[in-house]
Amino acid sequence: MANLAAVVGVGQTKYTTKRQDVSIAGLVREAAVNALQDADLGWDDIDAVILGKAPDMFEGVIMPEVYLTDALGCNGKPMIRVHTAGSVGGSTAIVAASHVQSGTFRRVLTVSFEKQSESNAMWALSNPQPFSTHLNAGAGGYFAPIIREYIRRSNAPKDVGIKVAVKDRLHGARNPLAHLQKPDITMQEVEESFMLWDPIRFLEACPSSDGACAMVIANEELADKAAKQPAWIRGVAMRSEPTTFAGRDEVNPQAGRDCAADVYKQAGITDPRKDLDCAEVYVPFSWYEPMWLENLGFAPIGEGWKLTMEGATSLDEGGDIPWNCSGGVLSSNAIGASGMIRFAEAARQVRGDAGDHQVEGAKLALGHAYGGGAQFFAMWVVGSEKP
Amino acid sequence: MSEEQEVVTVVKSPIYLKYNFTAGAAPARFLAQLKKGKLTGQRRAEPGAPVYSPPRGSCPASGRPTEQEVELSDKATVQSFTIVYIPIPGNAIEPPFVVANLVADGANISFIHLMSECDNADVHIGQRVQAIWKPEEEWDYSMDNIRYFKPIDEPDVPVEKIGKLSVTGQED
Amino acid sequence: MKDIAIVAYQQSDGVSDAGAVNEVELIMPVLDRTFEQARLDSAQDVDFVCSGSCDYLQGAAFAFVAGVDALGAVPPIKESHVEMDAAWALYESILKIRMGHADSALIYGFGKSSPGELPIVLSQQLDPYYLAPQWVDSISLAAMQARLMLDQGLITERDMAEVVSRSRRNARSNPHAQLAGDVSPEDVLAQETYLSPLRKADCCPVSDGASAVVIATVEKAKEWGLPYAIISGIDHRIETHNLGMRDLTDSVSTRTAAEHAGMHDGKVDVAELYAPFSHQEIILTRALGLGEETSINPSGGVLAGNLMMASGLSRIGEVFNRIVSGEAQRGVAHTTSGPCLQHNLVTVLEKA
Repeated sequence: MANLAAVVGVGQTKYTTKRQDVSIAGLVREAAVNALQDADLGWDDIDAVILGKAPDMFEGVIMPEVYLTDALGCNGKPMIRVHTAGSVGGSTAIVAASHVQSGTFRRVLTVSFEKQSESNAMWALSNPQPFSTHLNAGAGGYFAPIIREYIRRSNAPKDVGIKVAVKDRLHGARNPLAHLQKPDITMQEVEESFMLWDPIRFLEACPSSDGACAMVIANEELADKAAKQPAWIRGVAMRSEPTTFAGRDEVNPQAGRDCAADVYKQAGITDPRKDLDCAEVYVPFSWYEPMWLENLGFAPIGEGWKLTMEGATSLDEGGDIPWNCSGGVLSSNAIGASGMIRFAEAARQVRGDAGDHQVEGAKLALGHAYGGGAQFFAMWVVGSEKP
Repeated sequence: MSEEQEVVTVVKSPIYLKYNFTAGAAPARFLAQLKKGKLTGQRRAEPGAPVYSPPRGSCPASGRPTEQEVELSDKATVQSFTIVYIPIPGNAIEPPFVVANLVADGANISFIHLMSECDNADVHIGQRVQAIWKPEEEWDYSMDNIRYFKPIDEPDVPVEKIGKLSVTGQED
Repeated sequence: MKDIAIVAYQQSDGVSDAGAVNEVELIMPVLDRTFEQARLDSAQDVDFVCSGSCDYLQGAAFAFVAGVDALGAVPPIKESHVEMDAAWALYESILKIRMGHADSALIYGFGKSSPGELPIVLSQQLDPYYLAPQWVDSISLAAMQARLMLDQGLITERDMAEVVSRSRRNARSNPHAQLAGDVSPEDVLAQETYLSPLRKADCCPVSDGASAVVIATVEKAKEWGLPYAIISGIDHRIETHNLGMRDLTDSVSTRTAAEHAGMHDGKVDVAELYAPFSHQEIILTRALGLGEETSINPSGGVLAGNLMMASGLSRIGEVFNRIVSGEAQRGVAHTTSGPCLQHNLVTVLEKA
């Protein structure tokens, strides 16, 4: 049985296209300092630092933990760098939690970041490889055919993706840290936005952001004495499967289903829609909301889009299971941090500390991240009550 | 230091690194056949093992090497597709263009390639297509030996059969 | 806390250029032998898998994603990755077992460094604003460190040559070594300097390859009926990136890690130290306080072959081999990362 652990501090930067006023070190430090302040702690209170980010090529710095040790007050301490593609922010939080849940450390700091403005992620994701046809049009080009297959299978109406794009931006308008601030966005505006990778329109895709997210995770004894309400970690799970294999269900990957089943079992969840109060789920392209609603068991197969259309996932429409109240990846996408932001925002909800995007009385929340060809999954469930 | 200092917000330091790229032993066998104008796949040397094309070195489901070579048809089925409206960095192709996940007859997995000589609006899942090759004298160790795939006049493949056709285009 | 044991270790032959093979093809044969040794069918038979690799070695993002294709991860597995030496993947796996989420784990590391110019590639590990634009390569930084040692009279060039000579001699009994032979210190000293004061022989070679380890709770190891060595301690520490703020002639973080890993609680029969440069082996030996009773780098160490991202894991594996074979009762394995020994991990292994 794992030792109890809880999030006792959350810190983020404002997400934006270019943070030219800070270096990479300045960016991660800003999030870390915010997390320490939130926890009412100092650098000396931290026993180890767990860093996550997406491929090194996004900034052109190899193994950046080597350079960031000073900025993260890590000299003389253990430091580890996690990289599991787009799920990395979530995986990093899980690895950080394992430092405490294993009983090895009392209190750790975890940070994830991306400073996309210092390089070109689109290039890093689609740089030509010899011998292959050079048709990799970034992540959107990869996921568009999978979305098309979902639409075929589910017979979902064409405006589901548009609805998600609007809903998450309206959520984002409640969150001052969100990159995109579009309080007046309409269905028409999304529909008329430029088609990028059919069926993905410009406003149905995530932005490219600079930003960092940090959390302080503490053991039971320290969490009990925490300055603010802790978010108790009720379950953690990761799953991976190969990018392609014969017979793989790319629309509804088994790794995602297995990962969800595992984390629900740990948290005692039998009906996620009923048992959870909200969820922060990695939705970089709008159609992934209905797809993940099904994959994560919030809706029967083929019916995820109905929840979206009914407003079940919308805070503004008083939905019963709001998804991505922070605005989600569609409002801010600092790639390496995006997974951790989901995990941290889930924690903020159950700590009752989510400001204008707070789900009233939220007690149990899911944080979710995925990466690669929708093949790497990381999830946690956090709760306001100690298990 | 009486003068006001200019704030430095950007330093440009381009990184150039040279690499000798190797495709891998299994992909190299595939590329050698492509140079001869043949599309091949590979599988574990076991009856009924799935056929991968292009091969990457392993059967990813089992983690075993794909030692057996299988010749494929250059006819294929559209598993899914996207119409790309933005340019690809480093590729001269003019948007909008169709990038499709295609499964060649005889293979059990899709690869990505371009579709052309078609109305983008008519492209659909299950559609039959065939490779249009470059002139033989331009063949190299590359998937680009195939310029694109174009629709052919054959009946659509039902979705549940996509990825399951034999090299002759029949149900396996 | 549950006692954790190593039950299998395999490494590919260190070669300067693995030729046509790609990452998956590099990993598969090593995993095959590892599964055979641990009597497992595939990665499905362990509870957790964790790997270490670095995209920049072969110059393409997501190297580790290809690694998953070697695992047989259908149905999906519990899996993670560090962009570090796989010794840190082993560390992550130990935490997973300690928290009760796994009883066994497969750890592997791989690197194909030959496609690029490794010392230059590693220069991009430095501070991206002040140091990386200067393209200071990893060998030049190590040469500065060696110069400090020589100028302060802490070592002589002959001491360094003796390290090389012993590495080459020891490597003769290591079937996977890249460089082995009867090389005397005089032979080394007769070489011209490469990046002063380093001679080529003072620097580890560039190698392609992979290694893998299986760990399990002691209960599981017993259930499997496999010979095993117990991991009695593991700890790692990082130091400032600012080389000017460090005493480069010492390795403070190695010493701290060794203390926390409990290295000094008993006699150390064998030590495998990740010293990519001859003078660094001396720094590490002194930081760890190792004396005559300890056999240092009986495998030849990384001067005999340096599989980037796997060598640290291999050091742990080499100590495991010596304990299981009965050559040693207790040993220490060291792993490093970053320029001039910036980040160090120490693992203590004991006979069951």
